[in-house]
Amino acid sequence: MHADANRNGSLLTRLGILLLFAPVVLWLLGLIILPHTELAYLSLRVRLAPRVYEPSLAQYRMFFEEPLYLQTFLRTALISIVSTALTLLVCFPIAWTIAKIARHRMRSLLFLLCLIPFWVSETVRALGWTILLRESGVLPALLVSLGITDKPVELLYHDATIVLGLVYTSMLFMVVPLISALESLDDSLIEAAYDLGGNSANILRRIVIPHAAPGIVAGCIVVFMLTLGNYLTPTLLGGKSSQWFTEQIYSQFITRFNWEQGSAFGFLLLGLSTLIVYLGLRVSGQKFTDVMART
Amino acid sequence: MPSSSPHETPSQHADLQVSGVSKRFGTFEAVRDLSLTVERGSFFSILGPSGCGKTTLLRMIAGFNAPDSGDIVIGGRSMQGVGPNRRPVNMVFQHLALFPMMNVGENVAYGLHQRGVSTSEVKRRVGDMLDRVGLPGSENKGVDQLSGGQKQRVAIARSLVLEPTLLLLDEPLGALDLKLREHMKIELKQLQAAFGTTFVYITHDQSEALVLSDRVAVMNHGVFEQVGSPQDLYYQPLTPFVASFVGNNNGFTGRVESIVGGCATVRTPSGLALQARMHAPLPPGAQAQLFVRPEAVVLLDGSQGLLGNGWAIYEGQVESLLFDGANSAVLVREPQTRTSLRIALPQTGQYAGLQVGQTLRFGFDPHNAVCFGASDAR
Repeated sequence: MHADANRNGSLLTRLGILLLFAPVVLWLLGLIILPHTELAYLSLRVRLAPRVYEPSLAQYRMFFEEPLYLQTFLRTALISIVSTALTLLVCFPIAWTIAKIARHRMRSLLFLLCLIPFWVSETVRALGWTILLRESGVLPALLVSLGITDKPVELLYHDATIVLGLVYTSMLFMVVPLISALESLDDSLIEAAYDLGGNSANILRRIVIPHAAPGIVAGCIVVFMLTLGNYLTPTLLGGKSSQWFTEQIYSQFITRFNWEQGSAFGFLLLGLSTLIVYLGLRVSGQKFTDVMART
Repeated sequence: MPSSSPHETPSQHADLQVSGVSKRFGTFEAVRDLSLTVERGSFFSILGPSGCGKTTLLRMIAGFNAPDSGDIVIGGRSMQGVGPNRRPVNMVFQHLALFPMMNVGENVAYGLHQRGVSTSEVKRRVGDMLDRVGLPGSENKGVDQLSGGQKQRVAIARSLVLEPTLLLLDEPLGALDLKLREHMKIELKQLQAAFGTTFVYITHDQSEALVLSDRVAVMNHGVFEQVGSPQDLYYQPLTPFVASFVGNNNGFTGRVESIVGGCATVRTPSGLALQARMHAPLPPGAQAQLFVRPEAVVLLDGSQGLLGNGWAIYEGQVESLLFDGANSAVLVREPQTRTSLRIALPQTGQYAGLQVGQTLRFGFDPHNAVCFGASDAR
């Protein structure tokens, strides 16, 4: 009797858990696993004639044989790493101010200031930058009127412009994990370090950064992935010369209608981001689970 | 022991001199024109209820807050404009603030590294210090692996390894459970004696202050009510606040009825007449606050006669028994005036069979009780 009741009970519990997880499982299956399986399948075949395909590694071979693709790939990775590092540098003082210095209303206000740009879409934000930076825009005109340049200069379509746009777009995703990491740092640890003779630089290096490391790494991973996979900002701010890898994927899928090649590029990008995140974790000595708990 | 009343002229043997220090937070006056001197090698406690300004005072000594006025001199040097990292003072924080990202050895070594001491010398001194606090060989342990008492010792070692002129302790025993707290009290006193460093200790626990200290300052509303030896504070309180805050005390208010010698008879509103030594002369009719220690009250057996001359003798019923081993007491209610009084039980076991409702006779020497004019109350 009792054993039966227990079995029924545990069955119900199991059913409950199953139902609870059903949406997640469906989402994973329908939107992540199925499309990726399809893409993997596409990437591993080559079209011989209309509707005639053959399994092949030609798409991946193409990537290594054509220097443009490889260069774009490395360039995207490099600019993403630089943007992530700059985002961290810009956001750390902001997060520190919000988490440790500002009080009460000031704190909410500052956080709101970080949040407001995200109320408008990324497209509008990027176009906002073009208004400021294009040759006939606000900033070049200002430079002329201040006598710094003789005639308006084109500030758009440089690599630096792309980095600027990427940093701006990613800031919130860095600030949030940093604030939560810094908030959990007990002020008395900082005071104790001062009391024992520490100076600001040393306290930052030995107390603050080790404590905030999971938050820093979490922020960097999110920002790096968003940056690497960004399409809009590099295209709008970098123009035709931006040479972002997602643009290559886009043009394979949409312009050339070469889904096989596009899929292969997609998987290469996935491999690249995984590799760099893995290396980042190894270098910083953080555990993936710790870091994910912070995001 | 050399005397060191506040407002004394600077002494050569003082490790800490605070003169006329004030600190406000907005409209709140946390510390008011406060002065104190702490002798070299002594254990000085600042005792007060929470919110009395003791933490603010300690943080000003450590350098985390700057006083609005007045000066703090440590080891003969004014600390104006000297940051907390440049003062010859170290602090043991309330929750210890051990660095969780470092092991025990690194925690203790932190300050030495900051001073640029060579690595081998750091290693030697850290090892020595851990030996002295009774944690030999625990350099590589994580902070989380330590018990509460061990953490305490690491926190003290981390400060003392820098050989500070002054060690500040901010209620470091507050987070420990009772048994460990009692144990750490003794350990702290032994450590202080062994190192000879001047300790300034703040606490709201009067037992910690009395047991540990050479001198205690009782603080209330941003000022010192009294500075003296634990015995002084206990037996010769200068203010009603000290009388009621330090140790157990039966407190009464009433009106002075008559005066004989230095003793006044005070009648409470409910009609009980009590006699006590006057702290300062009071006129008849004045409002007074009167304090009688539970152990000053003597229980009288039927067999005993009157113990002293002119003692008032009272009768009362046992209301409740407060058994606490050696600190056992009994609450007695005087039936006519319905006044309750706490009386310490003698430790002879004589009253072990006492029952609630039993009638007791008791009295006390008026010289062991004290009364203050009600205007003395702050």
